[in-house]
Amino acid sequence: MNSETYAVQGNFDKARSLAVKEVSQVVKEATDTVRMRVEGLSVYYGKLHAVKQVNLSIATNKVTALIGPSGCGKSTFLRCLNRMHELTPGARVEGKVLLDEQDLYGAGVDPVDVRRRVGMVFQKPNPFPNMSVHDNVVAGFKLNGTRDRKVLDEVAEKSLRGAALWDEVKDDLQKSGASLSGGQQQRLCIARALAVNPEVLLMDEPCSALDPIATTKIEELIHELKEQVTIVIVTHNMQQAARVSDFTAFFYLGELIEFGDTGKLFTLPEKRQTEDYITGRFG
Amino acid sequence: MTARYRYRKFVEWANWIGMLCCISITVFFLVAILGYVLVKGAGYINWEFLTALPVPAGESGGGIANALVGSLLVVLIASLMALPIGIGAAIFINEFPSHGTGRTIRFLAEVLTGVPSIVVGLFAYDLVVRPMGGFSAFAGSVAYAFIMVPIILISAHEALRLVPDSLREASLALGVPKWRTILGVVVPVSSPALITGVVLAISRALGEAAPMLFTAFGNSFWSLSPGKPVATVPLLIYTYATGPYEDWHRKAWAASFVLLMVVLVTSVLTRAFLRGKTNE
Repeated sequence: MNSETYAVQGNFDKARSLAVKEVSQVVKEATDTVRMRVEGLSVYYGKLHAVKQVNLSIATNKVTALIGPSGCGKSTFLRCLNRMHELTPGARVEGKVLLDEQDLYGAGVDPVDVRRRVGMVFQKPNPFPNMSVHDNVVAGFKLNGTRDRKVLDEVAEKSLRGAALWDEVKDDLQKSGASLSGGQQQRLCIARALAVNPEVLLMDEPCSALDPIATTKIEELIHELKEQVTIVIVTHNMQQAARVSDFTAFFYLGELIEFGDTGKLFTLPEKRQTEDYITGRFG
Repeated sequence: MTARYRYRKFVEWANWIGMLCCISITVFFLVAILGYVLVKGAGYINWEFLTALPVPAGESGGGIANALVGSLLVVLIASLMALPIGIGAAIFINEFPSHGTGRTIRFLAEVLTGVPSIVVGLFAYDLVVRPMGGFSAFAGSVAYAFIMVPIILISAHEALRLVPDSLREASLALGVPKWRTILGVVVPVSSPALITGVVLAISRALGEAAPMLFTAFGNSFWSLSPGKPVATVPLLIYTYATGPYEDWHRKAWAASFVLLMVVLVTSVLTRAFLRGKTNE
């Protein structure tokens, strides 16, 4: 608007410099809010090309949902974001994954450090069966050698509160993590992931093994958590993606078909394949 | 229809009887061995038998104290050698499969369990007794360790295989390095099965006489020195059982009973301990 006014006044130079400033401002704001950027990411399992040349930006303190039919590469893509993928024998990755502008696959980057910054919650709740609720939450600290009881107790309470589990377990933190219900176990795993203070939390179909009530609780939790952590969630449930996410990426046959604002993607998809998928014509 | 139904009933019955026979035969031999040893040996057991040294042939009384302690000493030293090697190797082949040597190592371990224990004894003789210039408890331990390593390796490998990958991933995803994941998650989770395997290996070794013949050799007196020949229970049973005296034969049965009780009590206690631990 401003530039137009100046243009009308004939002050072209000023208008142009201002326009340039505006653009750079917008770009700067955009980079400020981008936590992770994926550039030309390809993943191979042996000869199979599972993820093909994907470019994607993940916004800070927002929820980004990855949807698509089974085998479309969304879980593989997710596992590349914290280098869990390289645990799969025969897997190979090309391209860049930038976290705060640092390439996670760059030379000299230790995957252990990457995973400390980018946490993960899995499809099936997987608390450590040999540990109590308390020890499960602080496992990231304990396994790395922290022994200070005070620190551990503080972290445990803070993380359990953060994962909305504190009130349900505070009376007996010493009972086995495996004795909780499925939904509680999954929140325990979220607490465990939050305890190490990650910048990004990856969730691989975190509700697919849970009943509807537990699912609702996790979804509410995701809403609260995005205040403090950037979330990327893979889900098979499109209603869930629509409910919890700010941005949605649709994957099909290893390609990123469409990416954008969740509200827009579900109401006015640009691509035919996206529309077919979200209206249930396939997948 | 009825004829067919009757026929099927008959097949079911015949199979059931068949399985019952198999179970009965298995249980019969177990009970028979236990009962026979009990009948023949238990009567001779008294405090003196457990705490006294053997007496020269012809004299009555005496015991097997030195052999009991000797057996425990030899097995203890053998365990100290076999435990880290067996479990370490199992961790290597299960947690680092990319080397591709796992299947070969596992196969070799299976072959090693089949090597006759007398051959193991001969090998230990050449490896330890000859260079050291004499029989010793240590040489016996080396022979036992050869028997124990493959048993521990195979049972530990099975135990580690049962640890779900999701637990390894959970730990790695927290930014825990692989070695801490193995020591802090994989090994503790599988520890009941690991311990069971170790106890199995110890029980197996405790009863072996053949590898002791030309390693630990036997001793009529007290010896706790790993460098000296030492008495062990299986060796003592062998000597007494093949000797010419009636009293020796009775002592052999009594010693067998003691050996059986040691093995039995060890495994029962381990089970009770592990059950208590998993119920926590």
